[in-house]
Amino acid sequence: MITAGIDMGSRSIKVILLEELNVDGAPQLKYGVKKAHIMMPGDLDQDVAADKAYDEALASAGLKREDVKVVFATGAGRKQVSFAAEGITEMTAGAKGAIFMFPQARTVVDVGAEEGRGMKTDAVGRAIDFAGNEKCAAGAGSFAEAMSRALQMTLKEFGDASLKSDKSIPMNAQCTVFAESEVVSLIHSATPKNDIAKAVLDAVASRVCAMVRRVGIEGEVVLIGGMVHNVGFVQSLKVAMGVDAISLPDMPEYISALGCAMIAAERQSS
Amino acid sequence: MIANYGYKDGSGEYYISIDTDKCISCSAERACLTACPKQMFEIITDDYDDEVAWVKKPNCRTLSYDCADCKPSGGYTSLPCMTACTPGAIKHSW
Repeated sequence: MITAGIDMGSRSIKVILLEELNVDGAPQLKYGVKKAHIMMPGDLDQDVAADKAYDEALASAGLKREDVKVVFATGAGRKQVSFAAEGITEMTAGAKGAIFMFPQARTVVDVGAEEGRGMKTDAVGRAIDFAGNEKCAAGAGSFAEAMSRALQMTLKEFGDASLKSDKSIPMNAQCTVFAESEVVSLIHSATPKNDIAKAVLDAVASRVCAMVRRVGIEGEVVLIGGMVHNVGFVQSLKVAMGVDAISLPDMPEYISALGCAMIAAERQSS
Repeated sequence: MIANYGYKDGSGEYYISIDTDKCISCSAERACLTACPKQMFEIITDDYDDEVAWVKKPNCRTLSYDCADCKPSGGYTSLPCMTACTPGAIKHSW
């Protein structure tokens, strides 16, 4: 049986085609990812973009729509996926996927382009407590992206630069727009770029950490979402949360789509 | 599950927490729906197929303003939503 999970993020659409394996004598090998596909939609119409991303994923896996038993959707734009049988919240999908990858983890932090959230889960990946920030993107990837633009750096350079600094410059602005003017002031006062990059990522980490602390940090921590690729942010988050290690999946942006596809498979089996 | 709806901004932390385990078998006959003067709560079927209350999406971004009238400065000694929710599922963070 093949199921699909589509994560309609605010920046990109992620598709996971999941195959149920049922290997005799190896119950842990229950699922295999048949195809993982990401698309940056050029289309403002999310229905069209979802269709396109799904068709691309199917084509690259050599499958047709009728080969997939059921499609579930998650993410901010999940309601726009007209062909999805059900919509799953980001919390439920993220927790499910993260615990599948790291069964020992109990705290899941999800930082994507526009939103960040913290979740506490049980052993089967069921979210038991969650908190997000519904108001602004200052604790998410697009904030870091806007600030890296202000510093004329790529996101990769931005993350690397922050690791070269050992200074802690507090950023007071809570809003991306005001924070950008604070960055401009730091540039004008000849503050080294490395220190500014660290200040920005520390600020994002501190906002994310405030959400996670609301639900409580328990057991191992796993970070999912696109911000995992930013090494400077991961380091800042580790310090802000006061933990020795944060588990990082290999393909962090796909974890919610994976969880979504797993929930779809479980509902078909039950 | 403890579901926290709301945000933190420069002025403070504004979250309404709903303990969905207490909410599933509501003994107050969903009194929160009518108790809130802004009618911010609604009943949804969550991802685990349980019928629970949540805070409507648009209100999640404006809680500090929406709830201001029910706070002590608005003349209330206790919050109408928390008073109506006799199982004690609803809590405010501020």
